[in-house]
Amino acid sequence: MSSETKQILTTDGIPLEVSLKKAEKKNKIKAFLLVAPLLLFLVITYIFPIGDMFMRSVDDRMVTNMLPKTFKAMENWENLDELPPEEVYRAFYEDYKLLAENQQHGKLGQRLNKEKNGFNTITKKLFRQIKRKKIDESASLKEQINKLHKRWRNVEFWQAIKRTAPPYTAAKYLKGMDMYFAADGSIAQVDEDRRIHRILWLRTLEIAFFVTLFCFLMGYPIAHLLATLPMKYSNLLMICVLLPFWTSLLVRTASWMILLQQQGIVNDFFVMIGLVADDNRPEMMYNKVGTYVAMTQILLPFMVLPLYSVMKTISPSLMRAGKSLGGTPFVAFWKVYFPLTIPGIGAGCLLVFILAIGYYITPALVGGASGTLISNQIAFHMKTTLDWSFASAMGLMLLTGVLVIYWIYNKLVGVDNIKLG
Amino acid sequence: MALPSYTETRYRIWHYIYIAICTFVFFFLIAPLFVIFPLSFNAEEFLVFSEGMKNLDPDAFSLRWYKDMVYGTKNPWGLAAKNSFIIAIFATIGSIILGTLAALGLSSRHMPYKGLIMATLISPMIVPLIISGVAIFFFMAKAGLAATHTGIVLAHIILGTPFVVITVTATLSGFDHSVTRAAASLGSNPVNTFMKITLPLILPGVISGGLFAFVTSFDEVVVVLFLAGLENTTIPIQMWTGLREQLSPTILAVATCLILLSTLILVSAELLRRRSERLRGINR
Repeated sequence: MSSETKQILTTDGIPLEVSLKKAEKKNKIKAFLLVAPLLLFLVITYIFPIGDMFMRSVDDRMVTNMLPKTFKAMENWENLDELPPEEVYRAFYEDYKLLAENQQHGKLGQRLNKEKNGFNTITKKLFRQIKRKKIDESASLKEQINKLHKRWRNVEFWQAIKRTAPPYTAAKYLKGMDMYFAADGSIAQVDEDRRIHRILWLRTLEIAFFVTLFCFLMGYPIAHLLATLPMKYSNLLMICVLLPFWTSLLVRTASWMILLQQQGIVNDFFVMIGLVADDNRPEMMYNKVGTYVAMTQILLPFMVLPLYSVMKTISPSLMRAGKSLGGTPFVAFWKVYFPLTIPGIGAGCLLVFILAIGYYITPALVGGASGTLISNQIAFHMKTTLDWSFASAMGLMLLTGVLVIYWIYNKLVGVDNIKLG
Repeated sequence: MALPSYTETRYRIWHYIYIAICTFVFFFLIAPLFVIFPLSFNAEEFLVFSEGMKNLDPDAFSLRWYKDMVYGTKNPWGLAAKNSFIIAIFATIGSIILGTLAALGLSSRHMPYKGLIMATLISPMIVPLIISGVAIFFFMAKAGLAATHTGIVLAHIILGTPFVVITVTATLSGFDHSVTRAAASLGSNPVNTFMKITLPLILPGVISGGLFAFVTSFDEVVVVLFLAGLENTTIPIQMWTGLREQLSPTILAVATCLILLSTLILVSAELLRRRSERLRGINR
């Protein structure tokens, strides 16, 4: 018996297997074509730009391109503790002269000044000498440049130039963690009183953690109430959760600014019940308190909704069974009900934590100086200092954190549990 | 939630504590919104309840801040409202078209690399807004679309599509595919089948995703702060500037209008959700 007779053929004589595979492939392409427009759109306008952020954050080609001959010559500079040989001086002089002709020397000075303080002065000095044509190119340039300023005779300044040679650098990431490349290329810590970023990271984590905790503590009881009440009442109470959810973030922040101001209603209430003296009203806004209170209220719906959708599926007879088997209500709750709600807790906490860690608007408005988060720092560098590469680096560090949390969550609970509304 | 008569005292107490906690949380959630209403009718310039308001004196209330919102000199709100609506409407249309198509593809069981693609499509929802803002700004600046309506609309499509993808995929998960096969076997072409059979059935999901996209765009401020020029100011941007500089009662008048708008959206979203559940219930 030949194998051909065993094969089932379709009406047009093609083996069924082949025909099926063809149809399958066609369906695959069809499905993919439906997704393609959005995928392409997102890749171009969103995914690539995030890649672009990475390129910007590590890009350090400016000096590399400005001093090509110098870095070539520096390859032969063997003893790094001594001043470089004449050829390095000559190459640097030639590079610098070219930059001066193109009016680019100022940029180099500023960049090198970031690497080693005091560089700008001595490059300017060199520029003036070149402009007045006081440098004799036939004589030893090493001697002439060294004579200009004592810093040119300091090997640390030449080491600083050498450090800027690689076209890519992790310096911005180190800066984001309050570290920097020391003179010998090792990683060093910034002075203790200038470690601002580490404080910000810790504060961001702290605020995100506590906001998540508060949201959980407040969201769990009401989600439980909503899930167990009869539909008639729970629908009405659900409005209390959904109306803030749909209301503009700025409106909600504005209402907290009114409530928490020194002459505001919350303070009025505290004075009325005698908690604080009228002339000693506490500052509740423009500090951490304001950030905590406002963010908890704003993010609470994101905790309640996933919890509610999970609790809704738990049959009340389970609790009754637990109790009838001898458990007290507390035991029945803890051993039966609570474990069943864990997917909801996971989803709610993940949502709130991820939203809180990247929060920008509310901390900027009610946070003051002690309530600002890492996002505010990123916006500050984007809009004020215009250090876009540093903003990119910090943004990517934050993004990495978020993705790690998301990944851990996906491993533990599974992402499919996230539901909307 | 009446307690059975045999409940022990300590559980009875615990029950009342639980009710008290819940009441407090509901109050905490909803009360801040209601502070805005009365203060927006304040006749005075201060953002506190005046003595007159506490005594319900009619003279202490006025519509002056609403007049200021509509007719005020150098009034930014008119332009902002116009921009906000234009941007939100176009962003919603874009999100609905791209998102629904993608959801249809993702719901097909033939879709290759489903997990990876889904993760990519909903990533704008997971990535913190500030990072999306920076990335989108870099793109728009390169493409010459910064400070244009087009740029902001595109940015809001990026942020809005994940909601459409999620809601429509959820609607399609309960979708009975034999109806489309029935339509096809009766001689309908795919486009016709989609318009006449699939779309009406998934419409509630599409619209509720669209509502999410609309609200996202209408309320979005972080990305717009990077992208907008003076001409593209939106309501959130104006509120942001107002709240940073000084809290004026005009902002509260605007806020009241926004709360009314969100109530409207909430009601429609709720009605849609119920309709969707009913429709899918019939299919099961």
